[in-house]
Amino acid sequence: MKLIVENLSIHRATQEIVSDISFELSSGEALIVTGENGSGKSTTLRGIAGLMPLNTGSIKLLDEKGKQFEGEIREYCHYLGHQNGMKPSLTVRENLDFWQKFCGDPDLTIEEALDEVDLAHTIDLPFSYLSAGMKRRVSIARLLVSDRPVWIVDEPTAGLDAQSVRMFTGLCHAFCEGGGILIAATHLPLGIETEKTLEIGG
Amino acid sequence: MFALLKREVLLSIRAGGGTLTGVLFFLAVVSVFPFAVGPDTKLLSHLAPAILWIGALLASLLGLDKLFAQEREDGSLDLLVMQSHPLSITIFIKAFAHWLMTGLPLVLATPLFGIMLNLSPLGIGATMITLLAGTPAISFIGAVGAAVSVKLPRGGMLISILVLPLVIPILIFGVAAITGALEDPAPFTAPFLFVCAITLFTSVLGPLAASIMLRHSAD
Repeated sequence: MKLIVENLSIHRATQEIVSDISFELSSGEALIVTGENGSGKSTTLRGIAGLMPLNTGSIKLLDEKGKQFEGEIREYCHYLGHQNGMKPSLTVRENLDFWQKFCGDPDLTIEEALDEVDLAHTIDLPFSYLSAGMKRRVSIARLLVSDRPVWIVDEPTAGLDAQSVRMFTGLCHAFCEGGGILIAATHLPLGIETEKTLEIGG
Repeated sequence: MFALLKREVLLSIRAGGGTLTGVLFFLAVVSVFPFAVGPDTKLLSHLAPAILWIGALLASLLGLDKLFAQEREDGSLDLLVMQSHPLSITIFIKAFAHWLMTGLPLVLATPLFGIMLNLSPLGIGATMITLLAGTPAISFIGAVGAAVSVKLPRGGMLISILVLPLVIPILIFGVAAITGALEDPAPFTAPFLFVCAITLFTSVLGPLAASIMLRHSAD
């Protein structure tokens, strides 16, 4: 599997936010997007996830034989943005259960996914009862309940303590070893061997 | 898709009784009319279909502002639009769930309010049937308004202004059908079929228009 991004540029209204971004990732590789605040990291990630219209450039996702995947790239991606995408009045189980059914391709069960993020005991609590770091960990668990070949994560470790950051990098390692493609905007190095970096702005 | 319907229904029950607010607002609108009109029961029963329809119309607009704005606020909207399901189907389900939790309770509450307005049993039946056929269209048109104003911080007012002119035809045919059922020379079937047609038409066009709007409002 290969993700090829060529000459990407994205405008917001008339202002160019990022221009001429090109990179290529194969299965098991990770891309760390770095840059100052406001340099366009999030915009780039949203562009790849299909949430921003591209001004120029193309994104291709190819399988082993070099054939393009059917449909839109966004259908093969997990996106973890600044917000968690969870409903405060529903329980953790109800939230994850919904996303698992809505996204399809179930992978881990909800119990297993919550075990991975050390939150098994919160399964029946309303999402609003959790602390900010725990909420973040639940939304990380969302990446595990459905199987997607590409993860696009934007500041995934915001609000996490040191132990949880280690837990998250561990999950990223496992995901890349399993043949996934990871694109992360973060200031912390994830320590994945196959890691590439992309500096935006600067 | 059933998962989405279940989630929407759960949310509207949990998040402070959206269902009950609609019915209470309906009650408030309907119950002030007799005070304004006066104690003339004949006039009141003549006006009742129109009062009930206006009350249901206004009550159906409640909660539309939350349809997409809340999803956007907590980041769910990004995830909803990314999936492989056609976005218009997702919106159809959301609008249908809105009707289920706002429009349907109004239909069920109609007999009670019909008695308050001295409406005959036949009139109550006709009002219920036309509301049942007509109120889904308000949710489907409302989804378009909600999609347009998704980025605005106080979009609720704008939704009402956008949606009300578009639902006037339903109001006209809905009330005409009830009048047709109650008074002899006027027909019931023709205006009623118009109401059904508008609902069917908007159930396709509304979600489609809203999906185009949401795709282009990305930021």
